[in-house]
Amino acid sequence: MGTVVGISAVRGPGLAGDGGMADALVVTSTRELRGVLHALPGVDEVGARARAARLAARSVKNESKAAAIDLAISMVDLTTLEGADTPGKVRALCGKAVHTAPGAPTVGAVCVYPDLVKVAVEALGDSGVGIASVATAFPAGRAPLAVKLADTRQAVLDGATEIDMVIDRGAFLAGDYAKVFDEIVAVKDAAGDAHLKVILETGELATYDNVRRASWLAMLAGADFIKTSTGKIQPAATPPVVLVMLQAVRDYAADSGRIVGVKPAGGIRTTKDALKMLVQVREVAGPRWLDPALFRIGASSLLNDLLMQREKLATGVYSGPDYFSLD
Amino acid sequence: MTFADAYAAAPESTSVVDLRADYGLFIDGAFTAAKETFPSVNPATEEVLAEVALAGAEDVDRAVAAARAAFTDVWGPMPGAERAKYLFRIARIVQERSRELAVLESLDNGKPIRETRDFDLPQVAQHFFYHAGWADKLEYAGYGTTPLGVTAQVIPWNFPLLMLAWKIAPALACGNTVVLKPAETTPLTALAFAEICRQAELPPGVVNIVTGAGETGRLLVEHPGVDKVAFTGSTEVGKLIARSVAGTSKRLGLELGGKGANIVFDDAPLDEAVEGIVNAIFFNQGHVCCAGSRLLVQESVAGELLERLRARMETLIVGDPLDKNTDVGAINSAAQLARIRELVDSGVAEGAEVWTPPCALPERGFWFAPTVFTEVSASHRIAREEIFGPVLSVLTFRTPDEAIEKANNSPYGLSAGIWTEKGSRILAVAERLRAGVVWANTFNQFDPASPFGGFKESGYGREGGRQGLEAYLA
Repeated sequence: MGTVVGISAVRGPGLAGDGGMADALVVTSTRELRGVLHALPGVDEVGARARAARLAARSVKNESKAAAIDLAISMVDLTTLEGADTPGKVRALCGKAVHTAPGAPTVGAVCVYPDLVKVAVEALGDSGVGIASVATAFPAGRAPLAVKLADTRQAVLDGATEIDMVIDRGAFLAGDYAKVFDEIVAVKDAAGDAHLKVILETGELATYDNVRRASWLAMLAGADFIKTSTGKIQPAATPPVVLVMLQAVRDYAADSGRIVGVKPAGGIRTTKDALKMLVQVREVAGPRWLDPALFRIGASSLLNDLLMQREKLATGVYSGPDYFSLD
Repeated sequence: MTFADAYAAAPESTSVVDLRADYGLFIDGAFTAAKETFPSVNPATEEVLAEVALAGAEDVDRAVAAARAAFTDVWGPMPGAERAKYLFRIARIVQERSRELAVLESLDNGKPIRETRDFDLPQVAQHFFYHAGWADKLEYAGYGTTPLGVTAQVIPWNFPLLMLAWKIAPALACGNTVVLKPAETTPLTALAFAEICRQAELPPGVVNIVTGAGETGRLLVEHPGVDKVAFTGSTEVGKLIARSVAGTSKRLGLELGGKGANIVFDDAPLDEAVEGIVNAIFFNQGHVCCAGSRLLVQESVAGELLERLRARMETLIVGDPLDKNTDVGAINSAAQLARIRELVDSGVAEGAEVWTPPCALPERGFWFAPTVFTEVSASHRIAREEIFGPVLSVLTFRTPDEAIEKANNSPYGLSAGIWTEKGSRILAVAERLRAGVVWANTFNQFDPASPFGGFKESGYGREGGRQGLEAYLA
């Protein structure tokens, strides 16, 4: 990608580039950011939908299906984000995250509210399952920056290894790109060594052009992952939205050399949905991204469907939902 | 084989198709044998699928006579509302048998099952539904309600059943009867369609199918008993037909070759443009008369676009047409493969730079890897002649005027594409392109309600839509 303006942040991993967009000039002004984001190629909505639909028609069978199901299990961010969450609920979820099914991989991470991180840390022990927490006044993000940063720091202090932050959609839609950028940079700083997933809440951004621009904005500001949605707003992780985000990480990697992950979340309930996502990952971003370190699926009920399909493939019969624990 | 390397084989079952060892001619509602036969071959394996009757002069005479009798006695006088019932019935049977027809089409033609299943068959049914709707409303179309009589229709091998539908549906809706000759390499779905006519209890003689090669086609179009000739195929043959029809009272419709320009401006939605380029030239192995076989890309964005295009082409799956994941199937015949090779060799010899993605082609059958030529000059043969294969020629331009000039600099004028996010530019450029169909930010989109046809040596007359009815009304 040939680009016009160089951008660098106050800080930011991967922002030192090799002549791509990430180079040079210390500028984070809205005007400069606008110059970069609005120079990105547009997204034709009809075309993006058609591409996603065509990829959805891929037929994943037999050994490919088995491999994809296990991969999908290892990519699940097993999530509970309810006002009614309790330590008991989180412990049950952690149990499931580790003991998915005999011979099956553990999930990528559990995802909980910050006040329950400690419970998850204790329950997961040294299982290797990550602990993701939705900090920054999730899901609306309508709180002062100081509150968001305190939220983040506490979650990391309590043991979160991954932070799922929300961007300020209001600022983005108002065109105040610098505010969004600076917040991500600040949260990244507060998150320290924890992996930062930046939630764009694409259902509120409305257009694919906005999804592409917000993806780049988040990556330029230092996101380790870009994530579609909070799961609280519909539509969430639709195939065309994920397509556009996969194109963004692919192009950003080509431009800056830094590999950013993608996490669709919200509305992915069936194995079929998950396999469609993995087909997109494989063909749009590339096989490099078929890795739980670079692709996660935020979900709750999906896991049992993956386990059921896994058993069906192995044994040839459906055992039925009663054979899989509800957690 | 894991998921990341490749997809496991996902073959569509052929058990839905009941292939017969030999097929007769369909004349006056019955299948009859001919003196000679010829084989129809599966281009993906080179295996003979069936022996098919070769219609001679007597057979063509009988078919035209049957069509004449059916026109005079039954179909011509029948009220439009009654004709519509038959067309609706055919459309529904096509839908019911669509899986079988899709597999048969892939076997006989070599095109991927994904396309026959998701494109050809739905379009075939739509064409019959659409024209069924016109049959009793012709007086509102503005071309009168008087049918022409017996129509001779000769169709190509690239969309065998769909071209049949494009020809037969409007002819029948307008009250004409038909003698149709499918291409010699792809006769099987037309013969399956003959069975559908019987299943729909279409009166005998309304549709007649005579199979054969060029000579059968010549006998049919030159037959004094036909009132209208409709041909889709090469410009070369189209010119011969135009000469033979000249000076007679026959009406003529020609849908011929093309060398479509796909114009990408620097403000195009690049990812979707890449998808559109792929769809424009690799859809149906490039065996598409309206293919976007010339890519005209603005020089300032050419490097980036081509980089994306090559990356996208590396994900194209070439191989077994019956595998549900196949994107590019087999070349339809050895003769077509030879023609593609000859033109590609000329491109290399004339100095263009050739590129293909790494892809293993099956050993048996007729195959050609998706190919892109860069450093192409307007004077190269690959920039001027129709290749009719998965071969894209890339040229660059600097200004909109130059793009339009290059796009129009062709004896053909069938299709064109424009890629830009600027709506005003789409309208301004489209107005100046000498092409029958201009797609904006998309390519190869079809609908029975939209007229299709060419400028210049791409032919004359329109098919589809209200305008398409004119070709079948006096």
